[in-house]
Amino acid sequence: MIVESLVFYTFSAILLVSGAMVISARNPVHAVLALVASFFVAAGLFVLLGAEFLAMTLVIVYVGAVAVLFLFVVMMLDISFAELRQGFLRYLPVGGLIGLVLAAELILVELHWTVGSQPLVKAAAPIPPTDQVSNSHALGHILYTQYFYLFQASGLILLIAMIGAIVLSLRSRAHVRRQSIADQVGRRTEDAVAVRQVPTGGGV
Amino acid sequence: MEIGLGHYLTVAAILFTIGVFGIFLNRKNVITILMSIELMLLSVNINFVAFSVYLHDLVGQVFAMFILTVAAAESAIGLAILVVYFRNRGTIAVEDINMMKG
Repeated sequence: MIVESLVFYTFSAILLVSGAMVISARNPVHAVLALVASFFVAAGLFVLLGAEFLAMTLVIVYVGAVAVLFLFVVMMLDISFAELRQGFLRYLPVGGLIGLVLAAELILVELHWTVGSQPLVKAAAPIPPTDQVSNSHALGHILYTQYFYLFQASGLILLIAMIGAIVLSLRSRAHVRRQSIADQVGRRTEDAVAVRQVPTGGGV
Repeated sequence: MEIGLGHYLTVAAILFTIGVFGIFLNRKNVITILMSIELMLLSVNINFVAFSVYLHDLVGQVFAMFILTVAAAESAIGLAILVVYFRNRGTIAVEDINMMKG
């Protein structure tokens, strides 16, 4: 039990510190790397909770795809980030005040709120005992039966996002000469070669 | 001291606040705003998974997976819009985005 507490506090501390680094880092590449670190330790917290499948999904989806996308955009765009940080100190007092109030409210609510020993409603999908059924197995079982349509809908959302991103970033330039296969294949000898009678001493 | 639901909720609350704070601080930088939104979604996910485990209900984890999907789609579209905007205007300052005055 002491090990669990130790791991929890270590992971939480790293999570909060890297979260603070995301919003305060001067170099945006460092901010993205801090984001990657916070996702990693959040995955560690999920493992500690017993949600292994979500932890692995978090690592694959966020660290593998989303964070790399952020890194790619940050490195591709040539932006002067010093200029973008100009209002940083001006917004610090107001933002800090609002943040402190929000955090205090949330923490006060959550510390003085308890789950009753007898839940009021029956669990919609009780977690099976973990020594018999693994987390991934249980999640897959409920996802492919009870929540099948929602699962398909989330796949559609990803498809729409993919098409949207492609359509948005695809660019057709006006004055670029491109190869046209159809024109090349459809070209005939009569169109390309002309036989002319050229008189002696005259030009074409 | 045993780790309970309140501990996870507190961590998630602080992380959410960091996200809100990041949006307030970096009012000009869209990339940092998008990263702050990712942090807030992550904290919501931590809440969902913690409730799911401590209430012995698997639905919370299913919902957290859907949030993960939507967050991935959102960041992909957001970054695509950002790239198009940068191509047209040469800057990503949020305050200059006022062409569509609503």
